[in-house]
Amino acid sequence: MIEITSEPINVQKVVTAAYRDDCGAVDVFIGTVRNHSRGKDITRLEYEAYPEMAVKMIQRIIDEAEKKWPVKKVAVSHRTGVLKIGDIAVVIAVATPHRRESFAACQYIIDRLKEIVPIWKKEIATDGETWIDDHA
Amino acid sequence: MKITVKLFAIGRDLVGKNEVDLTLPDNAVVQQALDQLNTEYPKFRELTTYMIAVNMEYADKSTRLNDGDELAIIPPVSGG
Repeated sequence: MIEITSEPINVQKVVTAAYRDDCGAVDVFIGTVRNHSRGKDITRLEYEAYPEMAVKMIQRIIDEAEKKWPVKKVAVSHRTGVLKIGDIAVVIAVATPHRRESFAACQYIIDRLKEIVPIWKKEIATDGETWIDDHA
Repeated sequence: MKITVKLFAIGRDLVGKNEVDLTLPDNAVVQQALDQLNTEYPKFRELTTYMIAVNMEYADKSTRLNDGDELAIIPPVSGG
């Protein structure tokens, strides 16, 4: 399951989408909106995507993870639009037979997402708006 | 040939559109599309760092274009 959605993410749906009978571990990463960044108070974030390419690149990353670890199933949901402090921007759920590889694989997927997936966030702070440009 | 350029984030803010159609000579490469963007949209020159994608695969300035291609200007990404 790979989705880019403008609706609030249903975390349980994403997690359940990663379950597999032959896996005993599901590692989950949830990315939330933080209230500060680079010394500024953040009031909201705005996310934008190139959705068709974002889905393609997320699939590419999942393929990479499957080559490195015994990853059996991955579910990813990324939200776009205006997000408030505390909202969930991204959920990644990774299923592996045993727990050890699930942590590394999940970390790999979020790290790679931040490198190559065409999604952008704009920080809105009290003193103005900034597109983030350092893969933060 | 005709291609569509898709713009996002800071690129879209500078050009003022999220999509631009360009007419290019046959066998044009990405660099020629960028040159035309720089000419038609001078503010686009303020975007100093970006990647290129052609038909949703990362490419570069020397990538050859074909009629109907979708060229995307990808400023530094910040998802997640």
